Amino acid sequence: MNGHRLLARCDNLWAPCLVLALVYPFLTPLENLLFRYTEMSFGAQLTYIFIYAILALGLNVVVGYTGLLHLGIAAFFGIGAYITGILRVAAYPFQLDFLSTLFLSALGAALAGVCLGAPTLRLRGDYLAIVTLGFGEVTRFTLRNLEAITAGTRGLNPIPPPGIPSPLARLLPTLGIAPDFALDYRLFYYLCLGVLLLVIWLLGNLERSRWGRACVAVREDELAAACMGLRIMKVKLSAFALSAALAGLAGSLYATTLGSTAGPDAFDFARSITILAAIILGGLGSLRGTLLGVFLLVGFDNVLTPLVDGLLQRWTAGATGSANFWLTFSNWKLMVFGLALILMTRFRPEGLLPSCRIQHELHDEGAIVEGAA
Amino acid sequence: MAASLLLAASESGSTGALLLQYCLDGLTSGSLFALLALGYTMVYGIIELINFAHGDVFMLGSFLAYTLVARLGLDRLDPAGRWGAIALLLVVVPVFCATLNLSIDRLVYKPLRKAPKLAQLVSAIGASFVLMNIGLLWGGPADRNFPALLPQQNLLGPDAAVRLTTQDLMVILVTLPVMIVLAIVVKYTQLGRAMRATAQDPTAARLMGIHVDRVIGATFVIGGAMAGAASVIYSLYIHTISFQMGFQNGLYAFTAAVLGGIGNIPGAVLGGLVIGLVRSLSSGYVGERWTSALVFVILIAILVFRPSGLLGSRTREKV
Repeated sequence: MNGHRLLARCDNLWAPCLVLALVYPFLTPLENLLFRYTEMSFGAQLTYIFIYAILALGLNVVVGYTGLLHLGIAAFFGIGAYITGILRVAAYPFQLDFLSTLFLSALGAALAGVCLGAPTLRLRGDYLAIVTLGFGEVTRFTLRNLEAITAGTRGLNPIPPPGIPSPLARLLPTLGIAPDFALDYRLFYYLCLGVLLLVIWLLGNLERSRWGRACVAVREDELAAACMGLRIMKVKLSAFALSAALAGLAGSLYATTLGSTAGPDAFDFARSITILAAIILGGLGSLRGTLLGVFLLVGFDNVLTPLVDGLLQRWTAGATGSANFWLTFSNWKLMVFGLALILMTRFRPEGLLPSCRIQHELHDEGAIVEGAA
Repeated sequence: MAASLLLAASESGSTGALLLQYCLDGLTSGSLFALLALGYTMVYGIIELINFAHGDVFMLGSFLAYTLVARLGLDRLDPAGRWGAIALLLVVVPVFCATLNLSIDRLVYKPLRKAPKLAQLVSAIGASFVLMNIGLLWGGPADRNFPALLPQQNLLGPDAAVRLTTQDLMVILVTLPVMIVLAIVVKYTQLGRAMRATAQDPTAARLMGIHVDRVIGATFVIGGAMAGAASVIYSLYIHTISFQMGFQNGLYAFTAAVLGGIGNIPGAVLGGLVIGLVRSLSSGYVGERWTSALVFVILIAILVFRPSGLLGSRTREKV
């Protein structure tokens, strides 16, 4: 219970966390200090964490709210990234502006979601899971093989940074920010943070709306929900489309921030699984849990692993001159990650910051069943 | 009869022979997928868990076979000795994989039997990552070449248009008896009846005096042993092993299990053969790089029209 109380107290830290996220780019000494130890820009890494958070929130709509196991979210992430690539790179004649690309990427991914979902959403749990997994693989191989359109494994690049409206461009130097996306990570940082906050606000409202309650009803008991007059397919399909749209949005931001769509292998099954593990780790169906899960997992992957690797290498290089296979943390990463998942599901199956509804179910199940009987 | 058919086709010209060759390759690799798919489908049938770690148990089996061959110098034996070596591998590796699979069940899955399905799935993913990392530490990040223990010349004569080697025969000679034995065990023995009863309703099975946990353990042992056998013949047949092979082949095997109707044993075999054939034919006629995409497109198409797989029975939602 102690751990639970501790986490409950952490719950009050959301406002400070938000403030910290907002002012972090201006804490230059902190950034420099972290840079000295990690040899990477922590702020730039945070930008990617924001993007993955949008992706995870999208997945959470399907898995957390609606209770459908989705193993192919990376496909929609990739579709968003490639739509952005096609609409923005110089090799194509479109070259739309950033905002319409963002919108069209989300829309395109949502359409793909509807195309996949409409025929397959009536499948039972694990059959649906394998269909989404299959779709993920099909998308990845299609992106890789349609070289004429997607440039194969090289990916589409360079994707130009978004344009800055002139009043903002005049304002930025007074804040000490260079008005150029390539020169200052902080522009992407605030862009992604802004979109993330918008998505959180949207989902926070949707969660408590008629639609959000319908999703939860479908998750809890499809038959009962149908008996209450809900149209199951409509609820599932809209959840699926919304999740695909958010994933597409995240993909578009990802491609723009990276300046490239990356290769198709950036959108493989491992990515889907990592994001899924993040939302389950954080707590299914809970916005704050999802954010915490993404921060921990992506942070572990992108920040902690290279950091420990660097430290170990510096520590051992004097003796051997080259990196020791057994003393390289990346070679143990999967083990740590796997053990963390196993222990977490063993001791806290509802996730670190669960939605109160799910927490209640898991711990008072006996009482509820007895009461019903 | 099959041999005469092969000979006839090999003489009749190239298109027919090519098709026959693809079908032969497809059935051979398909029976491998089937063997692996059986482990998925049996575990799913009994505790409704996608055992993500199954493919990695298979991978570690290959690594054990590799280490045994390298350490004991099994590839330097004379031909008769090599058959003995294969027999040895086919005993040691399945025992290892069965033990491994059982320990995973006891350590990781058993404490979670009553937890929500998604939590079990995540722990399975975790177990898979841990095993994959063990494979990485064991064999290193690069692919390894598994030495050829079997002669590779064509049994139908050096000029025949269809190739059938001792390796192909070995795959069939191992997988077919294993599947037949499994079918007999599940259908006629007491253990098999207990397994089917547990799959149908664990609570009722417990009430009838069946030791459910022991039955689940037996399922993991049998599944693991089959993964072990599959890993040996895979290594002897494909010759390349890496720590990531469990994931890729596990994906195909699981797809095969779902395609046939998950939880359904003949379905897993049929699914494995279908996947093997689709892969081989599409590599031959469409192009290697579209193979994986095509397999999954066909999977999705089949599930759209037969939502419970090829042989799966339509289950009604319980109220």
